[in-house]
Amino acid sequence: MARLIRTEKEVEGRYEEIWTVVEEDALEQWPSGPLAIVGHPAQRQDGPQRARGEARYTADLRLPGTLHAAVLRSESAAARVRSIDVAPALAAPGVHAVISFEDVNFLRDDAGFPGAAVAAVAADTFGLARAALAAIRIEWEEREPLLDADEAVARGQLVSDERTYERGDVAGALAGADEVVEAEFTTSSVLHNALETHQAVCVWEGDTLVVHVSTQFVWGVRDEVAKAFELPLDRVRVVCEYMGGGFGAKNGAGEYTLIAAELARRTGRPVRCQLTRREENLAAGNRNATIQRLRVGASADGGLVALEGDYVNAVGYGGWVAGTDGPMQLLYGCDNVRTRVRGAKLNSAPMAAFRAPGFVEGTFGLECLLDELAAKLDLDPLELRKRNHSDVDLLDGRPFSSKSLMACYRLAEKHWERRHEVRARSEGPWRHGVGLASQVWYGGGGPPSYAWVRVGADGRATVVTAMQDIGTGSRTAMAQIAAEELGLPLDHVRVELGDTARGPYASISAGSSTIPSMGPAVRSAAADAARQIVELAAQRWHREQRTLSLKGGEIVSADGGSWPLTELLGLLGDAQILGRGARGPNPTGMRVLTFGVQVAEVRVDVETGE
Amino acid sequence: MPDLRVNGHTYAYEAPVGRSLAAVLRDDLGLTGTKVACGEGHCGACTVQLDGVPVLSCITLVHTVREREVTTIEGLREHPLVDAFVRCDALQCGFCTPGQIVSAAALLETDPHPTREQVRHAMAGNLCRCGAYPRIEEAIQTWRD
Repeated sequence: MARLIRTEKEVEGRYEEIWTVVEEDALEQWPSGPLAIVGHPAQRQDGPQRARGEARYTADLRLPGTLHAAVLRSESAAARVRSIDVAPALAAPGVHAVISFEDVNFLRDDAGFPGAAVAAVAADTFGLARAALAAIRIEWEEREPLLDADEAVARGQLVSDERTYERGDVAGALAGADEVVEAEFTTSSVLHNALETHQAVCVWEGDTLVVHVSTQFVWGVRDEVAKAFELPLDRVRVVCEYMGGGFGAKNGAGEYTLIAAELARRTGRPVRCQLTRREENLAAGNRNATIQRLRVGASADGGLVALEGDYVNAVGYGGWVAGTDGPMQLLYGCDNVRTRVRGAKLNSAPMAAFRAPGFVEGTFGLECLLDELAAKLDLDPLELRKRNHSDVDLLDGRPFSSKSLMACYRLAEKHWERRHEVRARSEGPWRHGVGLASQVWYGGGGPPSYAWVRVGADGRATVVTAMQDIGTGSRTAMAQIAAEELGLPLDHVRVELGDTARGPYASISAGSSTIPSMGPAVRSAAADAARQIVELAAQRWHREQRTLSLKGGEIVSADGGSWPLTELLGLLGDAQILGRGARGPNPTGMRVLTFGVQVAEVRVDVETGE
Repeated sequence: MPDLRVNGHTYAYEAPVGRSLAAVLRDDLGLTGTKVACGEGHCGACTVQLDGVPVLSCITLVHTVREREVTTIEGLREHPLVDAFVRCDALQCGFCTPGQIVSAAALLETDPHPTREQVRHAMAGNLCRCGAYPRIEEAIQTWRD
């Protein structure tokens, strides 16, 4: 029976309480110890298609009659359009439609960063569209840009309210500490630069808008586009079978998708809006720069007594305040912690999620701080980290669902021990060194996520779910999970994904959540199919259902009998076994986090910086 | 009308001055295995061979190709390198992979047993944003296994 429950959902470190529907019967965990397929290396199932150049990415779609969009963007960091005349562009050769902020609200007349989209043209070719942009008559009123993050904070120009956190008594603990280290760290902005640039091809088919888009989240795009065009959700179909990298910057629809959809609506033709590499760098998101003013207090034996972090995220003109403060709160056992994060609203390009947004930057600062503390205390930096390991989450005392950070430290030891030998290799300006850092991130996944499994007379199974494989191999992982549960060889399981019209809702491919969200849904669907197969087998061979199981492509009976699965399924003809599964809720009262350690050997020319 | 020779086929093709080889391959001939990732000759995703020499098709004007034989990933699908890349899992998103294989195939024509340094030198023009470089090296060095 389906149950309606409240559960905590986390994506990229942002939590929300949601209602979700889960199935009544949660499966037992797989037994510990080696499994037949899961946990073993497997060849990437779509590797040949990708390597042979057969995989069709959004960039490769060639729909008949496609028009190409070019986008007019602000060259200035802060300006408002005084006047615009798109008529000359509309009259330019090959042009079919022109839109601007006067027509749609996802284009704006107040440009807040270089690259802000103002107008767009659809033409027979991209070259003609781009040429027509030059014909748009536009006058700008320049404004003074704000580019300094500290200055923005001083002026109170924030993208959202400041975020503060405190546990214990930081001031008191610092006053009583044997050693206090204070430091300021800055990190620069970083660009994602997926090789396939952000792009969409949109076409209206009757009352349905079909969106082919390079995305990490077909369902998120569906919802955003449906809202923008005031359509019922399933009148938008979003397709992404293969995509050429996202790194967090392709979690949303993006204005390029809306531009393509609107131009397609106006022209009645498919429209491609594909960012150039230059646009990709200007306006497709970045990991924002940060300023981190940090303080640590410790006892003489290296126990952390206080941590304090004051963070400024240079968020840009849009975006959100990522968890720069997260690692300081979560990574070590320290009773007294105070953090504050402020997101500076600047006249620079909006940030976008980027591989553990905030945590990468925050970990850099925290771990540098701990290295400085270790040097002051004359303590081995790895030993310092071990001494401050915590078995419970100090945010609220919850135990972790599992935590293997101490095991990671032990694995890191043999690499860390090489540091003296590596250092001795320094010669002239080339200095060699080994660095080490702990790592913390979310990645527990959760509901809702669904999958279907179809088994046919040929003894092969197909997993159907509208998730994405952004290159991480999630398609292969899902096939492994289904094969394990069905007792089938891996090459007998295929996965069909990437189409909101052709499969159930599936999780975003972001926040390290795809496998933990989708894996249990696929397993549960496969188990549902397996249960039905066993029911049929019990009838066919007159056994009790509970004495039968699926193993290695066979139906195995507790009394020693076994029959090839194909013998039973061969009876099906055109009938199919259909299994369905859903991701269950996360365990209550437990904290789900991921931890790790990284050791890096680095060589730097201290004169040139190479 | 000059012909364009691609993967052993001859296409009657009138090449307009200013059109890139990549655009002709992808848009006119439907050979979308060749990818365009930067369009500026920086990343190597669009690599094809001209008479066996790797070139960047996004900045090669089609009228300059003349009588030379163009080889794209579609012409190299049966090359053992394809299996080697899959076996070594030398790819993630795969958008750079056809270009990597086209470059590597040209290297192996001139030297079937390249050293690691030779591989790195020959492949320096092919970027992989996912960071599969160690496995790309492994695939190229174990292509006959």
